[in-house]
Amino acid sequence: MSRHTLSVLVENKPGVLARVSGLFSRRGFNIDSLAVGETENPEVSRITIVVNAEESPLEQVTKQLNKLVNVLKIVELDPAVSVQRELLLVKVRAERAVRSQVLETVSLFRARVVDVAPDTLTIEATGTTDKLDALLRDLEPYGIKEMVQSGLVAIGRGSRSITAPALRAAA
Amino acid sequence: MSRPTPETLAQRAHAVVSAVPAPAPAARPAAVAAVTEPVTGAAALVKSLEALGVEVAFGIPGGAVLPAYDPLYDSSVRHILVRHEQGAGHAATGYAQATGKVGVCIATSGPGATNLVTPIADAYMDSVPIVAITGQVPRGAIGSDAFQEADIQGITLPITKHNFLVQRPDEIPRIIAEAFHLASTGRPGPVLVDIPKDVLQAATTFSWPPTLELPGYRPTLHPHGKQIREAARLMTSAARPVLYVGGGVLKARATAGLRRLAELTNIPVVTTLMARGAFPDSHRQHLGMPGMHGTVSAVYALQKADLIVALGARFDDRVTGRLDSFAPGATVVHADIDPAEIGKNRTADVPIVGDARYVIDELIAAIEAEYAGRGGATGAGRRADLSGWWEQLDDIRRRYPLGWDEPSDGTLAPQFVIKRLGEIAGPDTIYVAGVGQHQMWASQFISYEKPYTWLNSGGAGTMGYAVPAAMGAKVGKPDTTVWAIDGDGCFQMTNQELATCALEGIPIKVAVINNGNLGMVRQWQTLFYDERYSNTDLGTHKHRIPDFVKLAEALGCIGLRCETAAEVDKTIQAAMEINDAPVVVDFVVGKDAMVWPMVAAGTSNDEIMFARGVRPMFDEDEL
Repeated sequence: MSRHTLSVLVENKPGVLARVSGLFSRRGFNIDSLAVGETENPEVSRITIVVNAEESPLEQVTKQLNKLVNVLKIVELDPAVSVQRELLLVKVRAERAVRSQVLETVSLFRARVVDVAPDTLTIEATGTTDKLDALLRDLEPYGIKEMVQSGLVAIGRGSRSITAPALRAAA
Repeated sequence: MSRPTPETLAQRAHAVVSAVPAPAPAARPAAVAAVTEPVTGAAALVKSLEALGVEVAFGIPGGAVLPAYDPLYDSSVRHILVRHEQGAGHAATGYAQATGKVGVCIATSGPGATNLVTPIADAYMDSVPIVAITGQVPRGAIGSDAFQEADIQGITLPITKHNFLVQRPDEIPRIIAEAFHLASTGRPGPVLVDIPKDVLQAATTFSWPPTLELPGYRPTLHPHGKQIREAARLMTSAARPVLYVGGGVLKARATAGLRRLAELTNIPVVTTLMARGAFPDSHRQHLGMPGMHGTVSAVYALQKADLIVALGARFDDRVTGRLDSFAPGATVVHADIDPAEIGKNRTADVPIVGDARYVIDELIAAIEAEYAGRGGATGAGRRADLSGWWEQLDDIRRRYPLGWDEPSDGTLAPQFVIKRLGEIAGPDTIYVAGVGQHQMWASQFISYEKPYTWLNSGGAGTMGYAVPAAMGAKVGKPDTTVWAIDGDGCFQMTNQELATCALEGIPIKVAVINNGNLGMVRQWQTLFYDERYSNTDLGTHKHRIPDFVKLAEALGCIGLRCETAAEVDKTIQAAMEINDAPVVVDFVVGKDAMVWPMVAAGTSNDEIMFARGVRPMFDEDEL
């Protein structure tokens, strides 16, 4: 099994996310991460899906996805030639005695403190899955009270871009 | 009794304009200035159906869909009031399979819509173009568990090609046109349109044709030239090729081309359960149906092939048996309009995405080029010698023909009934089967010579399909004799539609192959469960409950009964002569007859049993 990042361009319509995510579970796939948002064209949404799968079942699920009428385009993004990021918000125990150590970790990882309370710090970090995992490992000894992570988003490197075909024939 | 005559039926069926094809994607409103007129959403719906050339819709009204039934009352669309929404769905499917046009069914919200789930799933498995229109609770009530509310869009997500929940009345014409376009193009399939009651009631405007907005829908029709040439090269050089023909060839209306391709190459043909009729059964090159209850020769041909050319077939488990031992020596050319079918079950060496009609036409051209020596670098024309292959196949065909043993208890053999029915009713009749033993016998012992004369529930295996599907087929083809061949189990699931047939003047004929049991399940209990017949005796023999003759009469049909071989021809002929009412014949047959040959589920095709305890000796055959 290997990790694959799929960028799925879909029509920005109600229920499309359910069609896409439902198809994965119906065909026996577990989604590791999923993120969805509008693109440069407000009529098009982009779903970034990370799955663990063998090559040939992944091809089958990609073909099934392509059959969904609201799906416009699917591209698999190779981590070597794409920028992949996740967002992490984490509330860490940080009493006065250890606060400076926590802040040092924050700056090492180029993360940011977004909220301060007498005994906790809330930290925002973006990065690859590996980087965020490393940050969490470093923060763990202080005590993680709460954390939330976004799905991974990814974009290809270089000047080429992934865009949807024209949604309507030219007038 | 005032029963509509076939004449009134024919008039009604013909009194509608011929079907206008759905507009192409992104079709611009025609130069003819589209008249925009104020209407209700419901009227826009009915006008859209009329504009699409819909002749008939099967349905039942109810609260949420009521607004649509008002304009339907004086529409050119003939509405047939069924007795159960499942009947509406299968009738739409039967209509579509018999005519090639889109079948339409209508139901109200909640239970009306959920009763359509089975026929929609059935149409999805068999790629049948139907459009289901359902009423929904008003927009403001959606999500509130309102009376008769069901999330039918969510429920049918995995069993439709696509579905819609209409949000605004002005969308209705476009969405209905999109639904018909999606249902009937590419790989056909069911499309559901759910319309809230207040959207049907709201004021809007109607103009036609609408502009389709389906940017993500672009089926590939024309195959890739390089793949076609590679397939042609293999087909002209293989020593043991087989054409494995599936329902896609019928959907693509490519049967004439198939015959040319087969005769050009002399390659043996097998037709799957969904493709019976796509190639004449009487044709010398036809080996019959492959699969679990296929002919030994068709199964043998696939197992021993060095080249399988799959045309609109999907390597279903009923055909392949245990997949890892299916056709071990075969190179596979797989042509299908749905790219997701290619490589799904069996790896394709030469994948071809395209409509079977174009695929076959281009294969013929490429093969002719090969024969003429224009195909590649080989120079001289190439033509494989298939005489050795045909010798083997003819030998197998001769040694293992389809047949049956007369029941030792003196009961009527169901196979005999079905064989005689096919011989007397002839190749122009449309045969519609339910699911089970009678379905397999109907596939085996009736000789299908023409396309679209065999309808059944193949992929889903829906018991109860036959009567309503036969009704739909008869409505679509009023001048053709339509025989439903049903089991006593299946028949008891949907026979209420005979009331619809009697009242609406739809004189179908039903042969109930009544063995008093859920026969196929009983066969498995005989073979695999130690003859422990748990819950398969329906009591239709022992207690004659129900009495099918009386039931037929109660439903406004003619009821006949036949219990001996001597009466079979006479009874079938009597049924053939009745054309002003539906006829039900109760053929009381033995309960112990079994369907052979058989590849037991989960075993290899090499282990096909010709009859109980009789296994053909493939391994001894010289290859």
